[in-house]
This record gives sequence, C-alpha cells and structure tokens, in this order.
Amino acid sequence: MTTIRQAALAGWLAAGAAMAALAAHPAYAAQPDDDPSKVARWLDFKEGMFKGRPVDARGDAVIRLEAPARAADAAVVPISIAAQFPQTPSHYIRKIYLFIDENPEPYAGSFEFTPESGLASIETRVRVEDYTFMRAIAETNDGRLYSSVRFVKASGGCSAPAGKDDAAAEASAGSVRLTPEGQAVAGRPQLAQLMVRHPNRTGMAMNQITRNYATAYFIRKVTVSYADKPVMIADVNFSISENPNFRFYFVPRTSGELKAHVEDTKNRKFDGAVAVNPQPAAQQTSSTKL
Amino acid sequence: MTRSVGRVRRVHFALAAILLVSAMRAAPAAAPFAVTELAPGLYAHRGHDDVATPANRGDIANVGFVVGTRCVAVIDTGGTAEEGRALRAAIRAVTPLPVCYVINTHMHPDHILGNAAFRDDHPQFVGSATLPEAEASHADSYLRVLRRELGAIADGSEIIAPTLLVDGTATLDLGGRQLTLRTWKTAHTNNDLTVYDEKSGTLWLADLLFVECIPVIDGSLVGWLADIAAIRQMKPRRVVPGHGPLDAPWPASLDAEEAYLAGLARDVRAAIRRGETMQQAIDTIGLDQRDKWRLFDIYHRRNVTAAYAELEWEQ
Repeated sequence: MTTIRQAALAGWLAAGAAMAALAAHPAYAAQPDDDPSKVARWLDFKEGMFKGRPVDARGDAVIRLEAPARAADAAVVPISIAAQFPQTPSHYIRKIYLFIDENPEPYAGSFEFTPESGLASIETRVRVEDYTFMRAIAETNDGRLYSSVRFVKASGGCSAPAGKDDAAAEASAGSVRLTPEGQAVAGRPQLAQLMVRHPNRTGMAMNQITRNYATAYFIRKVTVSYADKPVMIADVNFSISENPNFRFYFVPRTSGELKAHVEDTKNRKFDGAVAVNPQPAAQQTSSTKL
Repeated sequence: MTRSVGRVRRVHFALAAILLVSAMRAAPAAAPFAVTELAPGLYAHRGHDDVATPANRGDIANVGFVVGTRCVAVIDTGGTAEEGRALRAAIRAVTPLPVCYVINTHMHPDHILGNAAFRDDHPQFVGSATLPEAEASHADSYLRVLRRELGAIADGSEIIAPTLLVDGTATLDLGGRQLTLRTWKTAHTNNDLTVYDEKSGTLWLADLLFVECIPVIDGSLVGWLADIAAIRQMKPRRVVPGHGPLDAPWPASLDAEEAYLAGLARDVRAAIRRGETMQQAIDTIGLDQRDKWRLFDIYHRRNVTAAYAELEWEQ
C-alpha cells in the first residue's frame, strides 16, 4: 500500500504514551503473571464454544502460538500458530480457534484445515487492544482440544482511529495476491501467502466532527483450495489487521490451481488464483519430514 | 531650595533606575518559555527530546513564530493549551502585533494542542487540506491519551481545525514579510506542511526533518524518501526541524535522516525478497542504528512494521 494505516500509532504523544503505559498502566490491566486459566472472558468462551470438553492447557506439543511479548504496533501484531505434527488422514488438526482475551471482540476467528493442508499452521497479523493473553486452541480430528497461550503487551489496536484516506482505501479494497513461497515439491507441504488489500475497519474509531463511528468493514471469510479441495477456511473479523495477510500450507500432489475466495461484510467478493507445478519428489519419501 | 529638590529628584531617579534594573534581572528567574531568535523576527522554541510526560508537560516539539510589520504567524502551538499560552506570552514579550495566522504543520498532538490559547486572537488557523479529516479521526484518541498521560496539565487542550486550507502552495503576507507554505506527498503523515520565510531564507521543515530524535513513520516511507530528495534541491539558508536542535546542520541533518530511512527501505525490501516474515524483520533490522537516535527503543520497531506493511505491496 502506498499509505499506512496506523492505529495506536498516532504519533509522538499517543505512541509514546502507549509505551509509557508499560510502566504505569491502569489498575485493571491484565498482567503476564496472572493465571490464564482463571480469566473470566476465556472461561465464558470456553464454556460456550466447547461446552465442558476439556482443553489441554499445555498444548505446545500439538500447536505452538508465537506472538511478541511487546508489540511494536498494536494494530499490526504478527502472530504465528505452528502445528507440531503433519496432517495425515488418521491424525490431523481440523480447526484452530484464536482468542484474544482483552479485545472488544475476543474471538478473533477460526481456521479450518484438512489432511490436504499438509500442516495446520497459520501466520497472520492481529489487532491487540490491551495487555492480554492470546490463545490458539487446536481441535484434532478425534475431538480433543489443546491450547497454547502467550501474553502480549500492546494497547489501542482496535479502538484507535482508522487510517488516512479512508475513501481511497475502501475503493482500492479487494486486490488479492496469492503466491506459493518457493518451488513446490509433489507431496510436500508447501507454504503460500495470501494478501488482500482491505481496511478491515473495527468500527470503533470515532470521528470527532461527525461524532459518528466509521462503520465496521472487514473480511469475514477466506476459502483457499488446491485442485478444488479445501486447504484452509478462515472465519475472521476486524481482529485481523488492515490489509490481511495469511501464510498457510497446502500439499500439491500434481499440478493444479491454488485458489482463494474472499468475502467481506458488504458481501463484496474477491478472488485470486495461481498455477502450481510441483516438481517430482525425490525417491524414498514415504513420509514428509518437517 | 532648588538645588536640594534637584538632588532629591536625582536620588529618586537613581533609586528607581536601580529598582528597575533589579526587576529586569529578576524576570528571567521566573522560568519563561525560552525562545531563540534564529533570524531577525523569526523565533523558535526547542521541545524536549522525549515522549510526553508530566515532567516535560507535553512540551516535546519545536514550535515558533515569525514577526512581520503587520502581524505575527505562529508555527505549531505545542502539546497542551498550557504550552500554547506560554508561547503566546513569549510572543507578547517580543511584539504587541496581533497574531494573524496559526499554522499547524501536521496533525500530531505535540504540534497542535496549544491552538486553543490563540482562539481569542481570531487568527486564521492554517493547515493542509488533508489536516481536518486527520484531526477529526484522531481527536478522540489523542485527547483520551493526553488526559491519561498528563492529567490536569492537559486541561483546556482541544483540537481547533484549520480555517484556511493549503493544497500545493500558498503565500501569507505578514506585512513586508512573505511566508510560502507547501504541502507534500504523504511522508511523516498524509498532511505535512512546511513554511518558508523568504526574508531570512529559513525553511521550517517541522517533522519532515528529525534531528537526533528518531524519525517516526506515520505516513509513507517511500513518499518521505521522495520528499527528502525534493527538499535537498531547495538549498535553504537555514532549516528548522520538528524535533532536535534548532540550528540543525545542513545538509548533514537531512543526510542522517535519509540514511536511516533509506537503510530501512533497503533492508526491509531485502527481507521481503528473502521470504522473511514481518516479525523476523522487526527482530533483526536496523539494530545497529540504535546509538544514533534518541527514542530508538520506542519507535524503531514500529517503523520496521510500518515499512514492511508498506513495502510488501510493492511490485
């Protein structure tokens, strides 16, 4: 993009204040040494979504969440959710839930995978409103749940103002870039990146002159398929940063087309596609090494 | 008789003179808002090189004024109404001429929140045509953070939007003194505006130039580098930066800023080409620049984030 939307980044005072807040934050802000298993919002969500099914809180052997301990920019916090074992038809991660405790909408979204995904890993960038636990919960095909939790210090990612040139950003919304990263090898999980130009507005920034809130306007669904089989389906919201960026895997067995279909809250639809020609695998690969 | 009266008068006069001189000597001890006359009739105040804190009372940007024969133009008003009042008092200490223009070089709170102090002067508030929307969308957040960080020091601070908009160039006449205002491609922000005082050959660059304090990208890295190239061609006699020493060495100060920004662009582009993620870029790029810039730890990683988010969309 040619202009940058920065949320809490409003400049010397706001950004500096946000950082100064590291030393002197409000009394009720979450703390890194809080017990993550006791946070009320998480417990409510867990009950509502998983209805009493146990969640293994030490799930790092299944799914590993990485997020910066201190965000450089609260509106653009890079996170990585890394599957710790490859997808196989008998054992695979079918869904990952992302929960950011202190965000105005804590349930940031879910990502569905299949054995064709190769690896149920996802990298993206999110908005973080306040100091918070961030949780990735993986559901395996046998119905078990595992969580990986990190604490992130950031503030203002959701409620700080939308960027400049809103009209221009909305008009240019929808450019899609879909690219495999590197040469694909048949039968190996292949990394791909999906980029979509979109303001992904939260609807929580007030315009002082009109006293109105710019309406929420964001991408709500992403469906990626390879050779017409789904490899990643994302149900997301404005917790994802402006100009959403997703990195994920798929397994090409033969040449085919990687396709992405994106829908937003105004029911606009955007598509991207790229041909993939995997080179033949080397001999003696029966199981993919990761 | 006459002679003794004359002597008494001389004694009274001498006493009065001594008292007056003492009073004048005492005045500087009342901690005035310090302004430096950089050129005849062109004054500037150096803000603290810091983020806004109660200790510095939000006075963290360079602000100033220009005096013509008819009236005065203010260039940025500081971080609070309190600072705006101090600036106004400094103007009054120098001239009784009315303030006819209050120019805001861009939307950031450390440059605009003293505007309220000049409201009763009924000046034209001047800024880029893109300033009103930027101010409106950020106002809520700025004022909330100001209150949280400065408490009562923030009292009375508000945003006063421009009444005179500039898109391209415009000239203001202060009476025998012309100021040329100019807007720029999105750089530090999308509403940057500079002021050129023809009489002294001074180019007030505001936050298009950071000296010793780390440049902050809140607009466009690519645009800023393009603007720097254009600024270099202007060959002013003197420049005033938005942050850092008022007597900024020229062109060395521009060279230093360009080196930081160009280095960031080069390293981020290379990281993107190598397939590195944003977090990898944030964790590795530009760390060797740390000793060259104040507030590096606060703003550099954010600059890398901004650069990456901008440059990943380049063809």
